[in-house]
This record gives sequence, C-alpha cells and structure tokens, in this order.
Amino acid sequence: MSVETEFDVRFRGVTKRFGGVVAVDDLDLDVRKGEFLSLLGSSGCGKTTSLRMIAGFEQPTSGSILIGDDDAVGVPPYRRDVNTVFQHYALFPHMTVLDNVAYGLKQRGVEKAERRKRAQAALDLVHLEGREGRKPRELSGGQQQRVALARALVMEPRVLLLDEPLGALDQQLRKDMQVELKRIQQEVGITFVYVTHDQGEAMSMSDRIAVMCNGKIEQLDAPEVVYDRPSSAFVAGFIGEMNTMAGTVRGVSGGVATIDVASGTVAAPVDGVHPSGDVLVGIRPEKVRVVADLDGPNRVAATVVTRLQLGSQIQLVAEMADGTTLTAVVPRAGTDADVDDLVPGDHIHLSWSASAPILLAA
Amino acid sequence: MNDSATRRRLLTGWGILVLLFLYLPIAVVIAYSFNANEAVSNWTGFTLDWFTRAWETPRYQKALGLSLKIAVLNAIIATLLGTAAALALGRARSKWKVPFSVLVFLTLVVPEIVIAVASRIFFVKAHEGFSFFPSLGWKTILMAHVVWSSAVVVLIVRSRFTGMGSSLEEASFDLGAGPVKTFVQVTLPRLLPAIVAGALLSFTMSFDNYVLSVFTASGDNETWPMAVFNDVRFGVTPAVNAISTVMFLVVAAGVAGAMWFVTRKSGEPADGRG
Ligand SMILES: Nc1ncnc2c1ncn2[C@@H]1O[C@H](COP(=O)(O)OP(=O)(O)OP(=O)(O)O)[C@@H](O)[C@H]1O
Ligand SMILES: [Mg+2]
Repeated sequence: MSVETEFDVRFRGVTKRFGGVVAVDDLDLDVRKGEFLSLLGSSGCGKTTSLRMIAGFEQPTSGSILIGDDDAVGVPPYRRDVNTVFQHYALFPHMTVLDNVAYGLKQRGVEKAERRKRAQAALDLVHLEGREGRKPRELSGGQQQRVALARALVMEPRVLLLDEPLGALDQQLRKDMQVELKRIQQEVGITFVYVTHDQGEAMSMSDRIAVMCNGKIEQLDAPEVVYDRPSSAFVAGFIGEMNTMAGTVRGVSGGVATIDVASGTVAAPVDGVHPSGDVLVGIRPEKVRVVADLDGPNRVAATVVTRLQLGSQIQLVAEMADGTTLTAVVPRAGTDADVDDLVPGDHIHLSWSASAPILLAA
Repeated sequence: MNDSATRRRLLTGWGILVLLFLYLPIAVVIAYSFNANEAVSNWTGFTLDWFTRAWETPRYQKALGLSLKIAVLNAIIATLLGTAAALALGRARSKWKVPFSVLVFLTLVVPEIVIAVASRIFFVKAHEGFSFFPSLGWKTILMAHVVWSSAVVVLIVRSRFTGMGSSLEEASFDLGAGPVKTFVQVTLPRLLPAIVAGALLSFTMSFDNYVLSVFTASGDNETWPMAVFNDVRFGVTPAVNAISTVMFLVVAAGVAGAMWFVTRKSGEPADGRG
C-alpha cells in the first residue's frame, strides 16, 4: 500500500538533550536503503545517542525520525523493525547460544522447529556452527561477537544498528571481522548503520561516512570523497593526516585560486563557489614529494626537523623559511631523491602536484 | 623481629578467641543435647533420648508448628513484597527513592525492641479502632515479622538488580519482547538466586525470632523460641538443649543456603559488564 521510499531512516532536525548537555544537535540524516553507513567521530560527539534514537531506547527532544515511511517518535524498541548489535554484546547469559539467536523469533511467535532452523542458518552465516549448545561465557570474545550479530541478523530487520561492535576485539580479529561484516552485509543486503571512532574501519567498510562533531554531521559522503575533498579542517584532521596553512585568497582564475600563506603563495584548484577572504589550505602528507631543485611550480625549500621510519615509508617533518612546518610521507628507497639518507638539519626541496592542495573553510 | 608477622599472629589469635567466645556455648549446648545424664554438666554417654522426648512433648510440637507456619508464610509474603519494592527502588529516578529506601533499611538498624514495642502498641490500637484488624495472635506476629524481614529481601534483591545493569533488558526489547515478556524471560531468571536467598533468610529470621514474637503475641501463642526461653527460666534441661540444637541446625542451614545463592555467579554477563 505505502510507496516504498529510497531511504530506510530519516532524521529531520533531531535534537537530543540530556539535562544541559546537547548530545545531538539539529541533525538531518538520510540513510539509503541497503547501504553501509558509518557514523564516525570522536568520543562524546553523539554517535551512540543517534543510534539509540533509531533503536528506540532514547526519544528525541525535538525533531522527527522516520523509519521507512513511518514516524518512529514514541514507538517503543520492541515495535520497531530495527535490531542492534551492542558494543558489549549483551548476550543472555542464562541461555544457550541457539536460544539467544532464536530469542527474537520466539517473541514473534515463530514455532519452535522453524525458529531453530533459522537460528541455525544465522549461526552458519557467521561461521559458528557446532557451538549451539554452549553458554555465552564459554565462548571467546570474537565468538560472542558473532552470536550477537547472528541474533540480530536472524530478525531480518530493515536496518541493523552496530555500536562499535569490534571495539572489544584485538587488532587482528578486528581486521578479520571487518572483512567478515562487509561480506555479510553484502550477502544479506540489509542496511547497516555502523558507529565507530576508528577512521580506518569506517574507510574500509562503508559506502558512506558521516563524520560527526559536537552532535552535528560535518560531512556525509563516500569514503574517497571525505578523504580527497574534506569539507572542513575538522574532517580533514579526523580522517588521515593533513598539513594545514592559514591564508588569504588573492584571486581566482581558470579554476585555480591563488592564496597568500606565510611561506609564500599556494595555488589550489576550486570547484563550484569561488572562495574569498581567509581560508585554510590543506595538503595530505603523502602528496608531498622531495625533489632535487626549485625549478617548477609548487616547490618550496625547507630544512628537515625530524625523520621517522614508518615501515615501507618515511615521515619527514620539515621547516620552511617562515618557520611553519610541512609533513611529508614518502616511499622509502623510492623515486624521490635520496630520502633514505636524510638527517635532521639537511636542506631539501619539497613539491606537490597541482591538484593536491584542498581549500577548507577557515 | 618482624612487626607485620607479629601483628598477623596476634590478629589470628584474637580472631580464634572471638570465634570460641561466640560458638563455644553453642557447641556445649549441642554436645549436651546428646548427653545421657540428666544432670546437664555431667557427661555420661551418648543418647538421642532427649530428642525423642522433646519431640513427644505436645507443647513443643505445638510451638514448632506455630513457628513453622509463621516462618513459611513470612518467607512467602516478605519475598513478594521485598522483591516488588526492590524492583521499584532499583532503577527508579523518583524523588521518593531515597526517603523510601531509608525507611526500609531503618527497620534493620533500629533496635528490635523498639520495633517490637511500637508494633504492639500499633496492633492493639488498630484492633480497637477497626474491628476487621486482627487482635494480638499469630497474625500480628506474622505482620511484625514481615515488616522487619522484608527489608532484608529488599537489600539482597535490589543490590543484584542494580548491579545487573539494564543492557540485557534493552537487548530483549530490541528483539521484540515487551516489558512483561522481558521481565519473565530475562529479568526474573537473573534475579532468581537473590530472590531465593532472600526467601531463605527471611524464613530464618522469622523462625528464630524471639523479641518481636513476644511483644506481638497474645497469652496463648507460644512460638518455638518462646517455648525454649520459657523453659530455660526454670533451669536448663537436656530436652531444651535438644530443641536448641535442632533450631540451630535449621537456622544454620537457612543462612548457609542463602549465602550460597547470593554468591552464585550463574547470571553474570559473559563479558563482566552488565
Ligand atoms: N543517558 C545520558 N545521560 C546524560 N548524558 C548523556 C547520556 N547519554 C549520553 N550523554 C551525553 O551525550 C553526549 C553524547 O554521548 P554519546 O554516547 O552519544 O557519544 P558517542 O559519540 O557515542 O561517544 P563514544 O565514542 O565515547 O561512545 C556526551 O556528552 C554524553 O556525556
Ligand atoms: Mg558511543
């Protein structure tokens, strides 16, 4: 009857206050059907609160939330077509693994044989066959994680909510589970809303990333876009490393803005609106190269301050004539001039491609 | 010479002394309840006669029956009331939470005699004012016991309830179970050890209570502890030793059972966080 929209969740001007604390601030958010959306941000920026409002554990102070076409405000969690994978799993300790996974189906009135069959299938999906009769405390952290996932997946919800589900796992297991989660999401085709403060995790798994700060979304885009064209200095700093220089726009011509910065001038490509006044110019460290001389555009002389070995790469922090620093991450024994032999105090020349500088709102 | 070692030895010695002081009289009572000699202080051999004799005394039978009736009813009512109060107090954010908790726990620290006297006056006046209110008798004993022992149930059940956290209930809601289903399938099973412990303790507290019973009983009610005390006044007989021994065993079993349930770990969340 109802016309299916292309969005599974929509926030319209959602604000959530706890006493005097504004946890979520006038938030608009559209979650597309079938996508893997990550909410990324530092601690306390309102990720969990946003997720809990979708789940129904918190009600917005103002604004509206739609799940599918239905107004979700005031609807209790047990009447919503969404399920949550909790950070600390929240498995029922007095039930077996199979009963945990079948719990939701039981509440729906699915008869016993059928729900056992479906719970079994969900356990197979997360590679946990053979552990059905165990109690949760008899499983490892990674296995408990999978049970929590199976318990939510078996419900085939419209949206699956995951609050830092890998937070309690060690590095190697995290990596494996990232791949695993992405595979499962593609296999079942359910919309995932994934909360994390790990930018690498968000980059590798998401279709889109919402970078949050102080209860607001700073930028919502595909991972590459967020990385290549961050909308603000905050986003740029949060996702990967970024050299930033404060400057003033001198002029714009032919899609290139010329900006006066402390160390000279920088040319940055612009698309859309023409910038003016005070801006920030950002350059990713891995876009900075060490070159032999100053012959050519986008080159600058500098002195090495520190040199850090990063496995296959070397990080150089270099000071320019005006005292500001520029960080470069260059391949070891690569095409760049003799970076392996550089020591602090050496004079070098740095360069970047014309497309590297990014204009950020100051 | 090692100071801390000396201190530890002194403490250990002191601890043993305290335990002896507490339990030696009980041990003597138990030992002499098996003494064949009528003269309490003179050991002449082992016998179970005193137990059979006590058991065959109609007055003791009646007293035991009354105590059991009150203790069982008390355990049931105090557990129901105490659990309900614990759930209400556990996670409520009402402004009444603190005053109500203080009132409940006050009954545990106020001297028993004060509660006993107050209860007696209240029950007598209540009966004078309202004819449906029972006169002093086993019902008023029961009421006094319930008020007093349900505080212990509140204490035990509430500490487990708050310690449990709400994340499992949230998970249950999330999976489509409403409040009632969640309570039955998740909250109650996890509270059960604490509830059983509360029931055992409130049974024990009622069963061996003397002061409250004396003050809220009429002339012809005699609970078991009252019977023991009434007879001790006329001299310690081996039969009294025998029923004291039985009472001690019942109480010890009740408390031990309660401790076992309270410390049971079965309901802990797998990751240690509630
Ligand atoms: N129940 C609550 N009562 C009071 N304040 C709360 C409550 N829940 C969250 N807050 C506050 O709201 C803000 C956002 O919290 P939230 O849990 O959403 O952050 P988060 O982005 O999930 O952080 P983290 O990465 O640390 O989990 C914080 O300042 C927090 O202190
Ligand atoms: Mg959080």
